[in-house]
Amino acid sequence: MTDTRKKELLRIAYEIRKEAVTAVYSAASGHPGGSLSIAEILAYLYFEEMNVDPADPKKADRDRFVLSKGHAAPGLYAALALRGFFPVEELKGLRQIDSVLQGHPDMKHIPGIDMSTGSLGLGISAACGMALSAKYQKQDWRVWSIVGDGESEEGQVWEAAMFAAHYKLDNLAIFVDWNGLQIDGPVAEVMNPTPLDEKFRAFGWNVISIDAHDLDAIEAAVTLAKETKGKPTAIIAKSVKGKGVSYMENEVSWHGSAPKSEQYEIAMSDLDAALAKLG
Amino acid sequence: MADKIATREAYGAALAEFGEKYDRLVVLDADLAAATKTGTFKKKFPNRFFDCGIAEGNMMVVAAGMAASGLIPFASSFAMFAAGRAFEQVRNAIGYPHLNVKIGATHAGISVGEDGATHQCLEDFATMRSIPGMVVMQPADAVEARAMVEAAIKYEGPCYMRFGRYAVPVLFDKDNYSFAIGKGIVMADGADVTIAATGLMVEQALAARELLAGEGILARVVNIHTIKPLDSELILKCAAETGAIVTAEEHNFIGGLGSAVCECVSGARPVPVLRVGVEDSFGRSGKVPPLMEYYGLTAAHIAEKAKEAVKLKK
Ligand SMILES: Cc1ncc(C[n+]2csc(CCOP(=O)(O)OP(=O)(O)O)c2C)c(N)n1
Ligand SMILES: [Mg+2]
Repeated sequence: MTDTRKKELLRIAYEIRKEAVTAVYSAASGHPGGSLSIAEILAYLYFEEMNVDPADPKKADRDRFVLSKGHAAPGLYAALALRGFFPVEELKGLRQIDSVLQGHPDMKHIPGIDMSTGSLGLGISAACGMALSAKYQKQDWRVWSIVGDGESEEGQVWEAAMFAAHYKLDNLAIFVDWNGLQIDGPVAEVMNPTPLDEKFRAFGWNVISIDAHDLDAIEAAVTLAKETKGKPTAIIAKSVKGKGVSYMENEVSWHGSAPKSEQYEIAMSDLDAALAKLG
Repeated sequence: MADKIATREAYGAALAEFGEKYDRLVVLDADLAAATKTGTFKKKFPNRFFDCGIAEGNMMVVAAGMAASGLIPFASSFAMFAAGRAFEQVRNAIGYPHLNVKIGATHAGISVGEDGATHQCLEDFATMRSIPGMVVMQPADAVEARAMVEAAIKYEGPCYMRFGRYAVPVLFDKDNYSFAIGKGIVMADGADVTIAATGLMVEQALAARELLAGEGILARVVNIHTIKPLDSELILKCAAETGAIVTAEEHNFIGGLGSAVCECVSGARPVPVLRVGVEDSFGRSGKVPPLMEYYGLTAAHIAEKAKEAVKLKK
């Protein structure tokens, strides 16, 4: 991609961050840390890679996206709103009784959501079912998913990993958001699932390791995933939880808490400064 | 009438039959195709059958993904694992998004027999019934099982179907049978008490009616093949006309058909309801007939309860 395009996508990633944090702030509830760590991946998928149409969110040949780590809904909702699936204004209704924006993704009511998630370990299986359906129906749409590193402690992730390799789901690629943190602390201390690359490889997957915030690396990995035949791809994406908001970065306490008004101001000025630096 | 066929056999045969007519139908199993009888479908349509291995939770959510992609997946395992192990997957990935997945759960109830308690699921009506929007059904014989499968294919939304391992008599005539989700069937009329039964207990209910007739009690027998949505119109009509109800099911008497009937009548037409079922215990190994005796899942026990119910009438 050109430098101009890369800059555009980075800008979008930071806009996603601003909207996600704003939504969590408005709700006074939600998960900022894991939303901020996946902003570049969401920007790349929704603004560069995936065949989707905000005017026709359910069109049959669209690419599918499953946020297996469903608690990062604020990040996904922000990406969908910025992409035009619903007005950005609606993000402020996050988690409120009169809004469609549920705490976790809801495919029945939110335009652009392909699968309801929130219970960890399930989304990756749904993504497998979709990828298998595309193959079975001889359709060439693809399925993308983001799985948490803590989430990979769920046994079902490995049932799905076995399934995807067994059925040679090369139209499926998952990003593992390796931000190193879960709720009770560092993933390595709570229940260490590493080495994730070797595990996925042993399960028969094509494995690529990247920096989750590097758009060139995301593009290269996506390209490689699409070129790889006969096996699904796992992109282990090393990220910073809370990325872009100084006091949230690598801080386990920002997994699922909302900023207070002063903290919110700092978050916005951190993110605006990053945007200004992009020019 | 002489033939005995397990409803799981009829289930597998129906999938194979309707596979021809409904091309969006696909079948998933978790290493039990030989037992659930989805193997019958697999043999005929190998490319439309997907074994998921011994991973029931994953299978349910794979099925959800397939339904979200326009297919009509039937996902099968034993009731214990479909409604027990995978409860949360069914609740969150099939029920909550109201996806068009059909769960074909076999080996339900005490009549599993020799495998014993770990495989005798007595809780699936309770768990599945508590999921909003889930249709919960159980056929009384092979004819009903076949019709139920086609009704489920035509219905848009999640369905849980409960089939048995044990061969049971065929009660219905295929050519004169029609099935509607949520509509109970009056098998025999009577004015003194209603016996509402499901699955293989329908046969026992009919036999109980004979026993009661010998003692001058006329029992109405209704076959409730759909536990949810319950045919409340029929149940309330029976409550009004017969004044007492006995329920009969091969399930814990907590949370299943008996509970559903109590919930139905308590607010609208309170009448005595006595429940025949497994009385809050686990199953055990054995041959089926002595097991049914042991747990009171018999015509004689239903008749006893019916007499009690009649006495309770005001
Ligand atoms: C099955 C299940 N168990 C527990 C939870 C509660 N929960 C929500 S987020 C989370 C930690 C997730 O950590 P990780 O996957 O690393 O996500 P990230 O760091 O990207 O936010 C937990 C335990 C859940 N949503 N689902
Ligand atoms: Mg994490």
